[in-house]
Amino acid sequence: MQIQSAIDLTTLDVDSEGYLTDATQWTPEIAREIARDAGIELTDKHVEVLQFLRERHFEGTPLTIRRVGKSGVVTIKEFYGLFPGGPLKVSSRIAGIPKPASCV
Amino acid sequence: MQTLLILGGGTAGTMAANKLRRELDPDAWSVTVIDKSETHLYQPGLLFVPFGVYEPERLTRPGRDVLDGGIELIVAEVAEVEPNKDRVLLADGRPVAYDVLIVATGTAPRPAETPGLDGPLWYRDAFDFYTLEGATALRDRLATWDGGRLVVFLAESVFKCPVAPLEFAFLADSFFEARGIRDRVEITYVTPLSGAFTKPKAGAFLGGLMDEKGIAVVPDFYAERVDAERKTLVAYDEREVPFDLLVAVPVNMGADLVGASGMGDADDLNYVPTDRHTLRSRDHDNVFVIGDATNLPTSKAGSVAHFEAEILTENVLHWIAGEPLAAEFDGHANCFIETGHGKAALIDFNYDTEPLPGDFPLPVLGPMRLLKETRTNHLGKLAFEWIYWHRLLSGKPLPVSTEMSMLGKRLDAAPA
Repeated sequence: MQIQSAIDLTTLDVDSEGYLTDATQWTPEIAREIARDAGIELTDKHVEVLQFLRERHFEGTPLTIRRVGKSGVVTIKEFYGLFPGGPLKVSSRIAGIPKPASCV
Repeated sequence: MQTLLILGGGTAGTMAANKLRRELDPDAWSVTVIDKSETHLYQPGLLFVPFGVYEPERLTRPGRDVLDGGIELIVAEVAEVEPNKDRVLLADGRPVAYDVLIVATGTAPRPAETPGLDGPLWYRDAFDFYTLEGATALRDRLATWDGGRLVVFLAESVFKCPVAPLEFAFLADSFFEARGIRDRVEITYVTPLSGAFTKPKAGAFLGGLMDEKGIAVVPDFYAERVDAERKTLVAYDEREVPFDLLVAVPVNMGADLVGASGMGDADDLNYVPTDRHTLRSRDHDNVFVIGDATNLPTSKAGSVAHFEAEILTENVLHWIAGEPLAAEFDGHANCFIETGHGKAALIDFNYDTEPLPGDFPLPVLGPMRLLKETRTNHLGKLAFEWIYWHRLLSGKPLPVSTEMSMLGKRLDAAPA
């Protein structure tokens, strides 16, 4: 499935839930757009979390809420405040990385 | 004489030790396993203990008995590894030197990581079933429990044997039905993920089972604490789930010795940064990692350790011979899912391919069916116990290829 970015008209590959299927297509502008769709205006703190998530993703480390809480970037409470309603799920979508999943 | 040292005599460590003992020249290499326990535990059997299907005694054998004769077993606690000195320090201070080290120290539940879980409720109204102690205590509680709110609770999304809590919920449904009290039990499945099933094809096949069995799912629930007084799970977003009986999958962490040795990854879970294809430690050339101790983005499960053992054996031999590491691990995992009422499903997947429907290991002939509930799959799970003790641990070949095969899988299958 493909969607077109409203900002620069680039075409993005996304799955049925709006997660980028190619994490390398991500740019900070695209993140702003996805966040706005989710009703979130990105602050520097948001961006710091997104960068942490992307770094970990490219290292191949499975992400958990606990890991974000131990990152030194935000506490778990702050993480919930930044990305309400399932913080890891929402932040992963904005960070352009796959949705946290189980094996089934 | 050179030394191959293996930390951990669980499923992964035992397979690696037996395979490498056969491959290495006995005059040039000694093989030593260090484990803190002298007992080897058949972990897949833990699921059956709470329901009285397996007796706890059935799950254990002396660790010595599952290791080849030419392997030395040291039963001791390891304090730390000194990877820059090529040696391990035991808790009593004794050093053990190595030429090649394999870390197979696994992962374990840590109930103390969730405030209130490991308190007055523990083993009274809150249990794990990933330890013999927990599974046995839960069996005794279930035998006399006359109903109420049973909550299966995942403290985190990365833990050992990811299908086990689903299986527990399915088997609990059958168990209470058999006891004639199913109508007096509410079963709720609480997960930090977006649902009990998150992979599209597996979700489509298995998702209906929760409804069918009347198991409620509470998704996106990340517990901050257990309120022991009110017997309630409290999430970071203030949502609450009350329970009468809690079956928890606590936060899982790797061994303390990994953290103490400075070999864990950047956070605090004590998993060793491992090359996802060669299985060598990312930080030390003569250290390899296998099983639940790795930080790899695949399931923590015995089947994964089994497929890794093949790759790890080849690469350890390459390293010893001074050759480049060649073997490549693909993240292959293969798991039965007990679905209750004498049936089971089966899944087969790797780093890149989600569980798909089809036949296993052979197209049409099967005899197993992927992502389908059948009696044959259940018999396969029961038969696995013998295979584990007699074939798998000794590292003998099984009729399953190390690399995941697309043979028999159906990509285009419409959800049933």
